[in-house]
Amino acid sequence: MTPVQAVIAKELRGYFVSPIVYVVGAVFLLIFGLLSYLYVGFAGAQAIQLMQMQGGMAQINLNDLVFRNLFASMRIVLVIILPILTMRLFAEERKLRTFEFLMTSPIRITDIVVGKFVSVFLIYLGLVALTTLVPTVLMLFSDFDWNPIWTGYLGMVLLGALFLSVGVFASALTENQIVAAFVSFGMLLTIWLIAGLGNLFGDTTAGRIISYFSYMEHYDRLLRGLIDTSDLVYFGSGLALMLFLTHRVVESTRWK
Amino acid sequence: MIDVQNITKRYGHHTAIDQVTFSVAKGEVLAFLGPNGAGKTTTMRILTCFMPATEGSARVAGFDCTEQPLEVKRQIGYLPETPPVYQELTVTEYLTFVGRLRGITGPKLSSALDQSIGRLELGSVRHRLIGNLSRGYRQRVGLAQALLHDPPVLILDEPTVGLDPKQIIEIRELIRSLAGSHSVILSTHILPEATAVCQRVVIINKGHIVAEDTPEQLSARLRQSEKVSITLKTCPPDCEMKLRAIPGILNVLPGQAGGSFLIECELGRDLRDEIARVAVLSQWGLLELRTVSMTLEDVFLRLTRHEDHLSEPAEATVSASAERTDA
Repeated sequence: MTPVQAVIAKELRGYFVSPIVYVVGAVFLLIFGLLSYLYVGFAGAQAIQLMQMQGGMAQINLNDLVFRNLFASMRIVLVIILPILTMRLFAEERKLRTFEFLMTSPIRITDIVVGKFVSVFLIYLGLVALTTLVPTVLMLFSDFDWNPIWTGYLGMVLLGALFLSVGVFASALTENQIVAAFVSFGMLLTIWLIAGLGNLFGDTTAGRIISYFSYMEHYDRLLRGLIDTSDLVYFGSGLALMLFLTHRVVESTRWK
Repeated sequence: MIDVQNITKRYGHHTAIDQVTFSVAKGEVLAFLGPNGAGKTTTMRILTCFMPATEGSARVAGFDCTEQPLEVKRQIGYLPETPPVYQELTVTEYLTFVGRLRGITGPKLSSALDQSIGRLELGSVRHRLIGNLSRGYRQRVGLAQALLHDPPVLILDEPTVGLDPKQIIEIRELIRSLAGSHSVILSTHILPEATAVCQRVVIINKGHIVAEDTPEQLSARLRQSEKVSITLKTCPPDCEMKLRAIPGILNVLPGQAGGSFLIECELGRDLRDEIARVAVLSQWGLLELRTVSMTLEDVFLRLTRHEDHLSEPAEATVSASAERTDA
């Protein structure tokens, strides 16, 4: 087992021993289920309306009415929930003085940062995998196109990975977990609002550049079923940047 | 094995350690003594590559702490001030994690695990969560962590804190048994520990090394006179004068309890015989007579408190040691 794998195994163990994963997981799945129920109910109501107006069987698009809305709504849920998952990663080590032990162990800082990120990402993947129960059940009762759902899931995974990397970075900044959660929450909301700023500029070069920095338009394209390389590059580079900054912050503690 | 040359560490305007130089040979046990905030932990953190020195160079097993930190870290077992344990892991899980971080795997790992668990007598708690263990056990788990990969260099920051007297003796024996094959640096507040375990003592105060020698040499170096303590049953007013009349006696100081005196004699002369004869002939009722040696504690206090007045005979220290001998 390599040092990175050792870090991942230890972090996963830490997550499952503490109540965090269970609480966050329960809330995440509850909200996902509740939102699905609401959107399905809403789609049903629309179908009934259409049938009354047109007569006969109404054709409604579940992809548009349920899944796109569902994935879009999950953005705010992720903004609130993911910082809670990541807040302990570095802050707790500092608080419990195990940080000094990690830093004096013969492993590279990259191994520590990557190990911690991968562990929380695996947990997130597990939670996302559980949500596929919703489309699987719906499949029994209706017809819809799976492809936009897969891109939606891809979007949710990429967005989650980006959020988690921001959370890991925030956790490295402080030894207080509450502060870490709040800083990542603040950063995620700010990046969200950058999209609004971009909209103010409209369809100008400045507007497009500003909008590019927000995850909103990249995520939206994936929800529409569009896999664009520029979006993948956006998520990949954002993730790499945050992990790099985390590395620098961890490294800088040596020089303080 | 460890070679520290003129290292200085500044935190902003505050200088934590200033031009510290010392070395530790292979198999030697060195104690770091000093009051709180003297710079012990800072020195250890530099040696373990937790942070770099502002100036100077530190080398461990031939590797430079700034240039080759990974190599240095492989040579070192380090126990920080607070035992670095994860409360949510069991002892075995924790030590397995530590071993994997250090690249030990497979059968080697399980034998290293068994060995360090055996050495620190953690067998009975090996499957318990560290969070549920007492302070003493956590300290021992911390030590097991430092010893796990059998490193040539051990750096222990106050290794016996939080242990009960029996465990302290066991840990000291363990450290003594490591001497010879391992180089050990340990910091401590407990002075008898340094005398019991270490071949050499470095006394550090306000970031400077004020003394470095064997415990015996240190007390010998700072001793300006031989001291004898006597206790008499009856002491007529002239007894102090009669004692002073003995050739070679420099000073007679009254002790804490009635009838006891602390006698300072010329360096290198044993006047106990003479004092006893005078006391018996004068029928003072001699109850006790013994030499008072300067303890490491006195040396320590003298060096850290009276750093500037080393040459003057320090009255405070003399009466302090008199107090201790009476007790």
